[in-house]
Amino acid sequence: MNFEFSDEQNLLREQALGFLREACPMSAVRAILDDDDRPYDEELWRKIAELGWTAAVIPEAHGGLGLSYLELSVIAEELGRAVAPVPFSSSVYLATEALLMAGSEAQKEKWLPRLATGDAIGAFALGEGPGQPRAGNLETVASSGALTGVKIPVADGDIADFAVVVARSDAGDGASLHLAELDGVSRESVGTLDPTRSHARFAFADDAAEPLGADGEGWTATQRLLDRAAVLFAWEQVGGANAALEMAKEYALGRYAFGRPIASYQAIKHKLAHAYVNNTLARANCYYGAWALDTDADELPVAAATARVSATQAYYYASKENIQTHGGMGFTWEFDCQFHYRRAKLLSVNIGSEATWQDRLISGIERDRSAA
Amino acid sequence: MDFNDSPDEAAFRAEAREWLEANAPTREELEGLDEVEAAKLWQKRKYNAGWACIRWPEEYGGRGANPIEQVIWNQEEGRFATPGSVFAIGQGMAAPTLMAWASEEHKRKHLPPLASGEHIWCQLFSEPAGGSDLAALRTRAEKDGDEWVINGQKIWTSGAHYSDYGIIVLRTDPTVPKHKGLSYFFLDMKSPGVEIRPIKQISGGANFNEVFFNDVRVPDDQRLGAVGQGWQVALTTLMNERMAIGGGGVGGAGFRQVFDLAGKVEIDGEPAIRDRNVRAKLATWYAQETGLKYNGYRALSALSRGDTPGPENSIGKLVAASKAQDMASFAMDLLELSGAISDPAYAEAHGMYQATFMGAPGGRIAGGSDEIMLNILSERVLGLPQDVRVDKGIPFNEVPTGR
Repeated sequence: MNFEFSDEQNLLREQALGFLREACPMSAVRAILDDDDRPYDEELWRKIAELGWTAAVIPEAHGGLGLSYLELSVIAEELGRAVAPVPFSSSVYLATEALLMAGSEAQKEKWLPRLATGDAIGAFALGEGPGQPRAGNLETVASSGALTGVKIPVADGDIADFAVVVARSDAGDGASLHLAELDGVSRESVGTLDPTRSHARFAFADDAAEPLGADGEGWTATQRLLDRAAVLFAWEQVGGANAALEMAKEYALGRYAFGRPIASYQAIKHKLAHAYVNNTLARANCYYGAWALDTDADELPVAAATARVSATQAYYYASKENIQTHGGMGFTWEFDCQFHYRRAKLLSVNIGSEATWQDRLISGIERDRSAA
Repeated sequence: MDFNDSPDEAAFRAEAREWLEANAPTREELEGLDEVEAAKLWQKRKYNAGWACIRWPEEYGGRGANPIEQVIWNQEEGRFATPGSVFAIGQGMAAPTLMAWASEEHKRKHLPPLASGEHIWCQLFSEPAGGSDLAALRTRAEKDGDEWVINGQKIWTSGAHYSDYGIIVLRTDPTVPKHKGLSYFFLDMKSPGVEIRPIKQISGGANFNEVFFNDVRVPDDQRLGAVGQGWQVALTTLMNERMAIGGGGVGGAGFRQVFDLAGKVEIDGEPAIRDRNVRAKLATWYAQETGLKYNGYRALSALSRGDTPGPENSIGKLVAASKAQDMASFAMDLLELSGAISDPAYAEAHGMYQATFMGAPGGRIAGGSDEIMLNILSERVLGLPQDVRVDKGIPFNEVPTGR
């Protein structure tokens, strides 16, 4: 047993940290927030792709680096820390994963090399409106190689080249996955609480799409995809939570009230200590999740949900208490606290809410119990 | 990163499991034994087979195991209902302090009986005027030839009534600021002049005591560290305390128990476990439990032998104590009207939830209160400034005192 990243993985972290400090300072994130015409940071995306991050877990045969999910976890944590305004989670944790999981050889050959170089961006289209998506309540349908229906919100959908779309099916588990190229599809940008990550509404109207995996196995595949992505989302959340704590700490050390730094008051110290505790426990769960993801262990569903639940709670707490620690200044547009507050909530609902993942966690334990 | 065993680790686990399956004490063996007798029986059996205090060097009674082997042993022993340890303070706190500060002669004399369970040690730190502000302790030691003469009172001393030895911090110089006037000793609890009185707790038990010292004599030879260095030695003990009690052990109301309970009792005619709110709470506690577990593994595996655990280990007790309290309270809510029953004849799980509920407030105070743990984390891990201290730099005997 060994509960640490390897020396090489720690070196990768140092490189990632140094790179993002240069290439993705908060001013770069703010530039996307303040410019409605820039849905994401294209320059940063290009550099990230040059570093091979988009290629990390794609097999070498398909133009990737064939690294493990532990390396991808390291990258995810650092992207989360930087609040990077790029479609990494959509394209890498979801679209690339869906192709690796369910894609035909031809589909892999077509898309994986372009995903690896960052030339193609993929999105994942599941939600159709308020409430929890289920196989039974999807209205998007596929017929004769074409999709019809509305998907909203689709993270990074307005900048994506293709989307993996979950559609209703009369077969098997009630859903099927489809790969839809987005040229010609009616889509519009949708504002979200985090404008540093763009979102779209798709209105498919008999638009061409090809099946991804077998008809009637789409819901099962979606659950598996979400489990795998949840670990990487959790790493981003933990990275963000630690950055928010760090930001609060730096401010509290420099801000004086009643003749001394506010960081010397227990009301502030205990708040930040609680954030540290949350972040540390979430990170410990993420280690286990990363191992389960990398080894495709039977424990993955529970491990992923555990990492996801604790990371969601940790980032929410750290991001809101970071604003609180900054006082009135934290509530101003000018200060950077808003980025973590926005991103924390965005990441927490992007692939299913805290309550949804708490439910998945307990369901996983129930399944393990009845199997034992 | 690999949460699976290497071949060597798998072999170690198999060996440990095989031995435990053959040797873990049976219910019949423990029938009629009190807590101390049961713990001593189990400890001696482990010691004789080389499974006691496995990370200690062999010459002190251990087997020189590595930290990962300790993790494996804890996992395997945890699968059995073995007697609770009355040795946690001696083995978990006194022993690491002796290893760091005692002479070789003392180590060879005192560590093996700690490992075998022959000797039980207690910790005499807290005082009526020095709890969270431990360095404000007043029990004094005055030099008389080769001995020190102790007068004063300690309090909250767990297990003093059945302990053979105690570790103790004493004021040897009241004319210097409080942290500088302390020295650290160990003493025989049967020394003349030691008087122990049990304290009855809200849980009904009396695990801890007041200990009075009337002209108790301790050889200078039993001092650990230099005169005036007591605070530094005490920190070795306290850091190990956080490690020793960090993993929990504050009560039986864990995830598994409450999860099973929620499958048995009903809400609106359905098993309670179907209720979203119940699932949400259980999931949060599960994530805390596993977070503590994996964080604990990482802390342990990061330790090379002899290192002092860092202040980050304050997390364990802080989280586990409140979690036990909240889970016990929640379990009693699930029981609805029956939640009030503590009578073992009628209570769910023989009254375990009610006992945990009544014991939990102690868990949040003992070994450093929640608030002290948060101070430690914020000051020593996050590097935030200390609060204003009006006693700073003032000779101890000039510091204002209250009632």
